[in-house]
Amino acid sequence: MGIVDRSEPMKATASQGRPIVRMRGVRKAFGPRVILEGLDLDVGAGEKVALIGPSGSGKTTILRLLIGLTEPDAGTIEIDGQYLWHSSRGGTLERADEAHARQVRRCVGMVFQQFNLFPHMTALQNVHEPMEQVLRLKRPEAKERARALLARVGLGEHVDKRPSQLSGGQQQRVAIARSLGLQPKLMLFDEVTSALDPELVGEVLGVLRELAHETDMTMLIVTHEIRFAADIADRVLVFDAGRVVEDGSPEIVLKDPSHPRTRQFLRAILER
Amino acid sequence: MAGESTFVYLPYLMGGVVTTLQITALAMLLALPVSFLLALGRMSSFAPARWGAGFVIELFRGTSAVVQLFWAFYVLPFFGVELSPLAAGVLVLGLNEGSYFSEVVRASLKSIVAGQREAAVALHLPRFYTFRRIVLPQALPIMVPPFGNAAVLMLKFTALTSLVTIQELSFRAGLLRSNLGVSSDIYGVVLAIYFALAVGMASLVWLAERAVNRWAGREVIPWRELTSRRASPAPKWAFRR
Repeated sequence: MGIVDRSEPMKATASQGRPIVRMRGVRKAFGPRVILEGLDLDVGAGEKVALIGPSGSGKTTILRLLIGLTEPDAGTIEIDGQYLWHSSRGGTLERADEAHARQVRRCVGMVFQQFNLFPHMTALQNVHEPMEQVLRLKRPEAKERARALLARVGLGEHVDKRPSQLSGGQQQRVAIARSLGLQPKLMLFDEVTSALDPELVGEVLGVLRELAHETDMTMLIVTHEIRFAADIADRVLVFDAGRVVEDGSPEIVLKDPSHPRTRQFLRAILER
Repeated sequence: MAGESTFVYLPYLMGGVVTTLQITALAMLLALPVSFLLALGRMSSFAPARWGAGFVIELFRGTSAVVQLFWAFYVLPFFGVELSPLAAGVLVLGLNEGSYFSEVVRASLKSIVAGQREAAVALHLPRFYTFRRIVLPQALPIMVPPFGNAAVLMLKFTALTSLVTIQELSFRAGLLRSNLGVSSDIYGVVLAIYFALAVGMASLVWLAERAVNRWAGREVIPWRELTSRRASPAPKWAFRR
């Protein structure tokens, strides 16, 4: 089966500590607006990285590039040792097609700010149908695993509800379970609590915290929850205008930032 | 004074009603796949498909349906294509409606918010599954009311096929009138028949709408709640930011 084939090289790369993400000279512009320019970024397998910075600084664009929702204008992206948009033939890089990218980004999962659950499906269907489609599981097994995942994010009693019957926090937890169902090696979280009412933020962060502590999945978390980032991240990246201006452990970056922009940004966000 | 003869000829008119309904049903049945094909063609990433679909749509929307009918029935035989009156009528009406309705289909498919497609990409879902299980169930309920509109229009549009010798309702009414000279009665009856058919069709569409909503997993308001005078609870979004 497909999953078994895939899991073999995964273990090998994880034990070698090879970066699961390697971006080199990545440029992305939307029309005249340059979002990223000459970005180099490595993320090691298993790392929990928080991406912070003012809006428009390119954090979300990085996540969208990694899951293939947008293509870079220039530069290369490697995921788990494979070029996302290129194939290397005899040492030279060639532009690869959509099918190649689909296959390379298969090990990446993403959770969105607006949940993007399928509104016409129940929570359970939202989780088990992608598992059937992508992992080629039989329906009973997919359903069983989906139930277990939903229980794990605390939604065991709500499996048969539609998104409209769930609170924002519950919807976001369904979305997390839906992504986890595909067994990603790299999970991208794009401001997953920004659309939530303040009292619902905690339950979603709780799930993220648990994932960070209990799995060896690589996590890239774009967030404005600085204290949360400091708490669970191994590494914090501060972005400003498409560049990494700060990169290090949360203690160093958040307590003693070197860059004036970081200080300014942290002050603004902590005084909210 | 000729009221009696109108009712005598009612069975004759009913024969026309059957033909009218037949053409309406067949033409709409043809229009549906045509509209989907044209809409998908126009949304295709393959440029020739876009041009082809655009050309067909503009051709049928941009020329007179009467002339198209004459073409299908009187001109095509010169090119070796002989169509029966029914085939010509259904073909022209169906392609016409298909062209118009393709824009409704396209708009409905496009109305699915970007986030749904992005989620499908992020979940690595196959393209056909995404269309069948995510886009279509959300787009179809939007298409049903305009489809009902189109069906009722089609019902009355079928009168056009009398031009290619099809004996539908209005054709037979015309024959009766010229033979019996009882315009007011006959056209009064014909008016009533068209109205009854249209109302019947609207009810069918209403049922179809509920069925599609149920299939698509949308909430269907129970009949009892719909008819009760009790004020419905305020929509949820009223309390959201």
